[in-house]
Amino acid sequence: MGRNPVTWLGSPAFPTAARTALADDQLRRNLNHATGLIRNKRAGAVAELPDWEQLRLSGEAIKDEVLANLDTYLLRFEESVTARGGVVHWAADAAEANEIVLRLAREAGADEVVKIKSMATMEIGLNEALEAGGVKPIETDLAELIVQLGDDRPSHILVPAIHKNRTEIRDIFRTTMPGTEDLTNEPVELAAAARAFLRRKFLSAKVAVSGANFGVASTGSVVIVESEGNGRMCLTLPETLITVMGIEKLVPSWQDLEVFLQLLPRSSTAERMNPYTSIWSGVTPGDGPQNFHLVLVDNGRTDTLASTVGRQALRCIRCSACLNVCPVYERTGGQAYGSVYPGPIGAILTPQLAGDMHDKHAASLPFASSLCGACFEVCPVRIDIPSVLVHLRSEAVAAKPRYSPEAIGMAAMSWVMAGPRRFHVAQRLATAGRLLARGGKIRRLPFPGSKWTDSRDLPAPAKESFSAWWKRTRG
Amino acid sequence: MPGGSGPVADSAAKDVILGRIRTALGNRPAARPIPREYQRSRPFPSVLDLFAERVADYRAIVHRVDDPVAMVRSLLAGKRIAVPPDLPAEWLVPEVTWLHEPLSNADLDGCDGVLTGCAAGIAETGTIVLDGGVAQGRRVITLLPDYHLCVVRADQIAGTVPEALERLEPTRPLTFISGPSATSDIELDRVEGVHGPRTLEVLIVNG
Ligand code: SF4
Repeated sequence: MGRNPVTWLGSPAFPTAARTALADDQLRRNLNHATGLIRNKRAGAVAELPDWEQLRLSGEAIKDEVLANLDTYLLRFEESVTARGGVVHWAADAAEANEIVLRLAREAGADEVVKIKSMATMEIGLNEALEAGGVKPIETDLAELIVQLGDDRPSHILVPAIHKNRTEIRDIFRTTMPGTEDLTNEPVELAAAARAFLRRKFLSAKVAVSGANFGVASTGSVVIVESEGNGRMCLTLPETLITVMGIEKLVPSWQDLEVFLQLLPRSSTAERMNPYTSIWSGVTPGDGPQNFHLVLVDNGRTDTLASTVGRQALRCIRCSACLNVCPVYERTGGQAYGSVYPGPIGAILTPQLAGDMHDKHAASLPFASSLCGACFEVCPVRIDIPSVLVHLRSEAVAAKPRYSPEAIGMAAMSWVMAGPRRFHVAQRLATAGRLLARGGKIRRLPFPGSKWTDSRDLPAPAKESFSAWWKRTRG
Repeated sequence: MPGGSGPVADSAAKDVILGRIRTALGNRPAARPIPREYQRSRPFPSVLDLFAERVADYRAIVHRVDDPVAMVRSLLAGKRIAVPPDLPAEWLVPEVTWLHEPLSNADLDGCDGVLTGCAAGIAETGTIVLDGGVAQGRRVITLLPDYHLCVVRADQIAGTVPEALERLEPTRPLTFISGPSATSDIELDRVEGVHGPRTLEVLIVNG
């Protein structure tokens, strides 16, 4: 089995990438503005429901029930989808999933497919696989389109182009969309340009590829939650629909959706309800795609399920609330995490899906946190991210990779993020680290570095210490 | 179904995945009851008022009427409007050019709008639900036109999300609509009208 594409090939370990991101002023301004705004909006949307905590408790329990009996619910779901005219496929890893989708697209005679933003298809690297197989994937979500046209990578689960401002977006459109030379940077105009550009694609597409927000085991219903209507276009116009879904996306029954259709929009876009939600079960004669394929993907999920502490990460409904409250994410942006899953959820999900703590990049991610706990507070399915982080840190240490200086930087960084006074302490700590280095090896660091140096010798940190770059680049 | 695309080839993967799940769950957590302490309904003073207010919050245009026909006439006169096959006959006033199914995508893309009823409304979230049933038609007819006029009867409006889901048939093709199509992808500014109808107008018929 090849490497899991959940991490981007050649990504530096988190602290290295974070350093680059911190030096990018425009990026930080865009991020600051965006996360601050959405944080406040979310708090308002949540405060409106008097039973929010009860909904979270139900959401947590429903997802745990699914995970505890995942085999049963998957079989039930397969049976329901099949009974309504859908075809269910199983893929143990990314390569298998990509192969199935490519084969289905070719069988439908498509050399182009329209796509709805989907974390699962990004995780498995479907676009690259389709392109290699001669099928062109067209992202239809505005932010994904911006990322795709800009030959860029996403930086946020919900708003993948959160790191681009309107002028940068206008420039991308002007250079890649025919007839947009006079486009201004007004969001309304930018959206209209995308509408015109994509409508022709929707009307001619034979095949659409989607992810899924939820699957209902008892009815075979699939749920897609969206804003723009590109999802509805993809789910309605083409003859063939291929839905790629992680095996953990199920809920047992129709009634369970009443919990998640309240939790997700308010946590995610901070709305009472997102503009469009589509729910379909198999094939409806005379309405929408007449061929429906559903690809169930494992790709590291069953390994994650095997960890009694770590499996709660599989409850995640990809709302991105934890990203928006994370002080580390706010400063570094999503791309520093080197994975389709950034932020606090990425820090616990990516290394578990990748399943290789000897991989320096994956092993660095659980350290990309200050353990402040804000992510747990906002998580609609009550994932105790800090506890999983601590658990994974110990696994990373136990895996004994040749421990990188970045890891120490990260430990120090977490500590610094916790409060301004500590910054000064950390400065001294870093200096001490340099002084203690002998012949390129550190023998002992003061706390918290001592946690690491107590058990083994470490290479000295890079010339510019963490606190120095922090000082140089902050504010 | 194109040949050879059946699930047979993937059955090995199915066994692998189910086997891994069973191994992973060796220490299968004991089943615990799912707490459902949240409120299934809420004591709203007026479900109708709340629905009108919350739909309008999304910058949809809302009218409260006793009889929809007069309003349909005044809003749509002179326009070319697509309709599902089973709209109440009295809505089809002669001042409008009605486009009847079967309609091509090009017909729908080029018309002035679409008129439908709905399956349910949700007051708390300002949501309209279509299920392809009476007066609603195929999903595409409310998608390609740039304007959607939707008639909601008072008795179709539920207070909360749980109350609305209870009324729906899960296996029908469902579309939940909360305001016009929108995006917040550019600096999180909400912009109405990306791919779906850019204008949503709602007639609430008082019960
Ligand atoms: S971990 Fe929780 S808060 Fe973060 S994206 Fe997943 S569901 Fe949302």
